[in-house]
Amino acid sequence: MTTHDEHAHPELGFWRKYIFSTDHKIIGIQYIITAMAMAVVGGVLSMLMRLQLGWPGTLWPRLEEIFPVGFAGGAMAPEFYLSLVTMHGTIMVFFLFTAVLTGGFGNYLIPLQIGARDMAFPLLNALSYWTFLLSCITILGALFAAGGAPLGGWTAYAPLSALPEMGPGQGDGMTLWILAIALFTASGLMGGLNYVTTLLTMRTKGMSMMRLPLTQWALFITAILGTLAFPVLLAAGILLTFDRIGGTSFFVPAGLFTAAGAAVEHSGGHPLLWQHLFWFFGHPEVYIVLLPAMGIASDILSTFARKPIFSYKMMVYSMSAIAFLSFIVWGHHMFLSGMNPFLGSLFTLTTLLIAIPSAVKTFNWLGTILGARIQFTVPMLFALGFVSTFISGGLSGIFLGTSASDIAMHDTYFVVGHFHLVMAVAPLFAAFAGVYFWFPKMFGRMMNMTAGKVHFWISFVGVNCVFFSMHAAGVIGHLRRIYDPTQYAFLEPVYGMNQFISISAFVLGAAQILFLVNFFASIWLGPKAGVNPWNATTLEWTVPSPPGHGNFGPELPVVERWAFDYSMPGAKEDFVMQTEAPTRVESS
Amino acid sequence: MEATVGEQERILASPWGGGTNPFGTSWGKFMMWVFIVSDALTFAGFIVAYGFMRSVAPAWPEPDEVFSMGLITFMTFALISSSCVMAIAVGAAQQGRQSEAVKYLWLTILGGTIFLGCQAYEWSHFIADGYRPWLNPVMPEVPQFPAAFYVMTGFHGFHVFTGLVLLLYTVIRAHMGKYTGDRVEIAGLYWHFIDVVWVFIFAFFYLL
Repeated sequence: MTTHDEHAHPELGFWRKYIFSTDHKIIGIQYIITAMAMAVVGGVLSMLMRLQLGWPGTLWPRLEEIFPVGFAGGAMAPEFYLSLVTMHGTIMVFFLFTAVLTGGFGNYLIPLQIGARDMAFPLLNALSYWTFLLSCITILGALFAAGGAPLGGWTAYAPLSALPEMGPGQGDGMTLWILAIALFTASGLMGGLNYVTTLLTMRTKGMSMMRLPLTQWALFITAILGTLAFPVLLAAGILLTFDRIGGTSFFVPAGLFTAAGAAVEHSGGHPLLWQHLFWFFGHPEVYIVLLPAMGIASDILSTFARKPIFSYKMMVYSMSAIAFLSFIVWGHHMFLSGMNPFLGSLFTLTTLLIAIPSAVKTFNWLGTILGARIQFTVPMLFALGFVSTFISGGLSGIFLGTSASDIAMHDTYFVVGHFHLVMAVAPLFAAFAGVYFWFPKMFGRMMNMTAGKVHFWISFVGVNCVFFSMHAAGVIGHLRRIYDPTQYAFLEPVYGMNQFISISAFVLGAAQILFLVNFFASIWLGPKAGVNPWNATTLEWTVPSPPGHGNFGPELPVVERWAFDYSMPGAKEDFVMQTEAPTRVESS
Repeated sequence: MEATVGEQERILASPWGGGTNPFGTSWGKFMMWVFIVSDALTFAGFIVAYGFMRSVAPAWPEPDEVFSMGLITFMTFALISSSCVMAIAVGAAQQGRQSEAVKYLWLTILGGTIFLGCQAYEWSHFIADGYRPWLNPVMPEVPQFPAAFYVMTGFHGFHVFTGLVLLLYTVIRAHMGKYTGDRVEIAGLYWHFIDVVWVFIFAFFYLL
């Protein structure tokens, strides 16, 4: 614990400096790049799904060469489609969003923005990353397991997940899935312990809680959510493992038969137990993804609006309120499970209560950009894209949070459209905003902004073509996990729409290649960035790009003001750094 | 929100104003607290699952007909006593009385070992009576009873075991003179937590 005060570090070799590093900045970048690799896998899986939904029954002999089982005979097998659904969801929720926002930005930004030299426990932090990498490899292994990847969706509903004999992917594939999630939980816990400890105890002089940038508040609340929610998933996963290999029946009721017609020797369990435990974790998980996105977007909006954030305190309180409410709304995922309608209306009430702090935040974002002379940089475009998709996805959530309308909508593409906009696209846009914004600090070079703008506009139009259309398909009745829509005549109006969605998705996917090329090329070829290329106010912009080991010079900075002093009357420039001492003495 | 000189003075004077740990503890101790909260949620998950199983079960065995309540009471007593002894060890370590701390740490380890021994004895009897995670020989309609027993006491026993390893490490470091009161206290926090969890399992599984 004393090593933080040593400044004279010997130059480390490549392996110690960039691979087996305990420096939070390197670990953050490792998280971001690993998550990008996982996103490529998850994205390719979704493209295969769109191929099937757009042109069901078409033969793809080329794909048969790559997936001899999944495309046996040239057409996609139904089980393969379901395994794509499962793996796409699992990889994106855990291994992209959770990893990039808390693991990536959390590690990179927490010490830099609060004025610390590193995390409280750098070694634990490194261990967290390597455990995460191991869980990535494990979940990818499920794709190659005998029988293929699991079929039950990212929620791993029992009893399908509890019985290996229930399907081709429910054997080894499901076992690897559980193992990967357990490793991910362990990694997340190690990270979360570090984030909470670091944020509370290692802020530099003058960095009171109410002077933290909103990104830091968001990461702090997220870390608390993670340390409270993930252990419940771990408990559920342990019980599930016992059901699968220990012969217990926590989640398996009596009287089940396998697809082959054999009776299942389990009795007395209850599948709803899994749903309760899973969603007690699962709904906070939505905010584990969304809150850091909100924090990043808030700071970036204020920076490029050149205006203070609108109502900082309400931003903090509303994030806290969202975090608290997220633990008492899990039942809205289970309206169709046959729950007592009275209980359903209680969960409707708590769910709709979340609309209040969410609306507070939305109006504060709008208040921040109201009347501003906005600088339309690429990070700002993505932050605005975040607000836009958060609003459109959030509004469709009201229909799903209300039990009466959810019962009609729940198993349709309305749900798919809703959660993709609000908890996939919105956090993704915030993550893009964050990458474009902090890239110069991470690598000392700027990304190409023209390519960034092209990337934004194709992505923004693309996601609305894809996911807004899905809402309409859902209202028509397009089923959520349907493999072949042409089997129902009533879905005929959706056939053409499916092809439109698929083509939009392919264009959207291609635009992400542009981002990847821009990212990696700019590491070496981008124009050099200065200390503070965006004229922002927070502490990371006071140190060289990229910052050296230990982040700050011999003395830690002293914080004199909050992070949002933009366009102050009487100031020399339109921003005042957090370290700049005030001159005005209180009049009272 | 224009910053002023007076505001800065107030913030720097406050324990939450940065540059200092507002809780006055070491990072390690604070992190152990966060870990305990997190781990408690895992146990809460198990206890809730157990309650759910019990509420949907057609019947549930009377615990005092299945278990020897005398043994359970004795092992509970041993664990709670070890927690008290641990508190003495922490106090001694904080005041720098090394030999006393080492003595009481060994007594704590003894209490924990007695508890684990009793648990092994209980498990072996339970297994000998034909209880399996998937089979309840007395009440075949509720295999969840032995399943919940094995999972809950097993997970708790695993925690006791890791606690003993942690205590052994602490006591060896204490023998070598390489320890601080803080380190002993961190181990003590974990040990007390295990004790508290057992109180819940004792109440919900054996008494109710």
